[in-house]
Amino acid sequence: MSELNRRNFLLRAGTGFSAAWVTANWPALLSAATHAHNAARAARPPKFEFFTPEEAAEVEAISARIIPTDDTPGAREAGVVYFIDHGLVTFGADDQTTYREGLPELRARVSELFPGASKFSGLTAEQQDAVLHSFDESAPAGRRAFRARPGAQNFFETLRQHTIAGFLIDPEYGGNRDGVGWKVIGREREHVFQSPFGYYDKDYPGWQSAAKEADKG
Amino acid sequence: MMVDQPRYKNSDEVDFVIVGSGAAGGILAKELSTNGFRVVVLEQGPYLTEADFTHNEIEILVLDKLTNHPKLQPTTVRKTPDEKAKQQRALVYGRCVGGTSVHFTANFWRFHEIDFIERSKVGPVPGAGLMDWPITYADLEPYYTKVEWEIGVSGQAGASPFDPPRSKPYPMPPLPVKSSGVIFERAARKLGWHPYPAPMAILSQARAGRSACVNCGFCLGFGCEVGAKSSSLVAAIRVAEKTGRCEIRPNSYVHRIEMDANGRATGAVYFDQKRVVHLQKAKAVVVCANGAETPRLLLLSANKQFPNGLANSSGIVGKYLMFNSGGVVTGQFEHPLNDYKGYAVSRVLHDFYELDPQKVAFYGGGGLDARFDFTPITFAFGGLPPGTPRWGKDFKAALAQDFNRTMEIFCHGTSLPVENNSFSLDPDLKDAWGLPALRLTYKDHPDDLKLGNWMFARAHELFEAAGAQKKWGFPAQEQQFGVHLLGTCRMGNDPKTSVINADHRTHDVKNLFLCDGSSLVTSGRGQPTMTIEALAFRAADRITALAKRGEISA
Repeated sequence: MSELNRRNFLLRAGTGFSAAWVTANWPALLSAATHAHNAARAARPPKFEFFTPEEAAEVEAISARIIPTDDTPGAREAGVVYFIDHGLVTFGADDQTTYREGLPELRARVSELFPGASKFSGLTAEQQDAVLHSFDESAPAGRRAFRARPGAQNFFETLRQHTIAGFLIDPEYGGNRDGVGWKVIGREREHVFQSPFGYYDKDYPGWQSAAKEADKG
Repeated sequence: MMVDQPRYKNSDEVDFVIVGSGAAGGILAKELSTNGFRVVVLEQGPYLTEADFTHNEIEILVLDKLTNHPKLQPTTVRKTPDEKAKQQRALVYGRCVGGTSVHFTANFWRFHEIDFIERSKVGPVPGAGLMDWPITYADLEPYYTKVEWEIGVSGQAGASPFDPPRSKPYPMPPLPVKSSGVIFERAARKLGWHPYPAPMAILSQARAGRSACVNCGFCLGFGCEVGAKSSSLVAAIRVAEKTGRCEIRPNSYVHRIEMDANGRATGAVYFDQKRVVHLQKAKAVVVCANGAETPRLLLLSANKQFPNGLANSSGIVGKYLMFNSGGVVTGQFEHPLNDYKGYAVSRVLHDFYELDPQKVAFYGGGGLDARFDFTPITFAFGGLPPGTPRWGKDFKAALAQDFNRTMEIFCHGTSLPVENNSFSLDPDLKDAWGLPALRLTYKDHPDDLKLGNWMFARAHELFEAAGAQKKWGFPAQEQQFGVHLLGTCRMGNDPKTSVINADHRTHDVKNLFLCDGSSLVTSGRGQPTMTIEALAFRAADRITALAKRGEISA
């Protein structure tokens, strides 16, 4: 995209950005536009690097129970399985064993709970949830950590965290296909915003006026 | 990386070698090189710039691209000195050029007068080594102003009735208020408190070739790709580089300060990226490695003359560690706040900065701030109310419902200096370079927990007054992990109870200076970086004066 086109793109895409504001923040906007540009390049063809197609089907089925598809898109539409697959040969290589050991364990649990069945992806949604509940060890409540840390204790918790990451990560980085995860939670796709941001600050009169009003009241 | 930097040889005896390029190191590099000295800055992390900073949460949460790495640099943790420490992550700090100032939240309150003279004012506190500073707020005031104008702080002078005196207004107005800030402000006023626009080290207006904040929302934990966050990287290191006298040498992990037979420092010994060992010679050494790595470096530098570690005749190097106490309350509101847009904190209040120990029956004080510092992923892990299902239809519905309607109130407060609370060398565990790992020993003073819970109750009151639909929180707990690393080589006039003097010079080694969080004598009320930077500006003046009088090399 040429710089001129980017500028037009930003003027059109940004709701309520004045031309003067865009000019004042020009270098920053260029950088933000580069983000959007890279996003298009980052889209990968659906080819698995770690999972076999059978494993991928199982992982996708689990992710689809963690963030199901209902009247809005879920993990399946966000392409979470591709994010996890790519993750396991890059940032998540340490978790390969968790998946290698976890998937056969899952299959065993499926057969144990539903004799005759061998594939998680072949179960009904209710049966699938029953299998996952049998794996899920709830984390104790406590003060939230400085940072949540994906890369976890057991197979289900690892897969849960990877699914969330693949659903909600900035679409530029290989998950959250077409930004569907952000649409679900109501985060706009842009990386440049202008005040007012929300309901409570839209009629804010400014600090001085608010302070004066408070003094009167 | 800038191309016009000088390239000094290891054998060139430069005027100063600075260990660490963070909040303090960056400013010392800027000031000392501007004052005409030849400076080499050794930074253990990589040299990243705006082009390297992304919104990729995986790089931050999993790969520790900007921070110390728990695999390469493992740590151990225990509560008291009689316990055996277990391997566990003890701290997070910035490990890149610019240090923690690259990824911080950028809250930039000044300390108040009380923070420097609290021991005199409240008397001794049992179980703590509370001490006055050898300098006062008035000594530091010109340097706070310098930070605001030279590094770049947005804010509104005079907005808080509790603010200490200042010689100049802020150089630019506050950043735009967020919905969390308006909710906080209105409720606090109802309660008769005095909320005010948060002073932030983030530009509200374009300045010095840097862009104003564009409100991208990826702030805490991330590097700023438009240079609006006033990190050492963009606000100090670049100025140092332009002098033509300062070399920034990244990927240089200092693990010993070299000494001669006369007890003088001769340079810093470091691993380069290929783990080849070098000695950079210098007339003086300034360590700005943070409140954990600075004492570690002194302890690692023990030799025959200094068997307990360098500059440790007092035996307190690494001790009196303070993390700041705290607590978090989260609230949900009826309408969208969209607080994911913008920087983290837009309103703060200091009505409880100085609590009367007679009335509350504990020592301390603190501040409250309105914030939202979640990213989409961290919100899904930590932003939903307790009891929300962790997966499935209802989990997804909660995410969709709550992401835009949530805000937090952070409670920030004092930590007392307790001698046992410390960073030391683990006797068993080694880092990836074969050096003893950091061992944290920490048990909050009972008053710190009492304060945390008292502030926590105020935050609940505030959410009550704001009409939050739901609120929940995690009260103060004993901390086993820190990001504010304070007090471990504290400043003082008495060499028996402090490590450096008021000039930041170690009492024991004439040409060795320390300046960072380790220099702090008290913990302030929770936002230390502003004070660390003011100290760095002041230290640069003191060191320059000493050097010009020939009192360092003599």
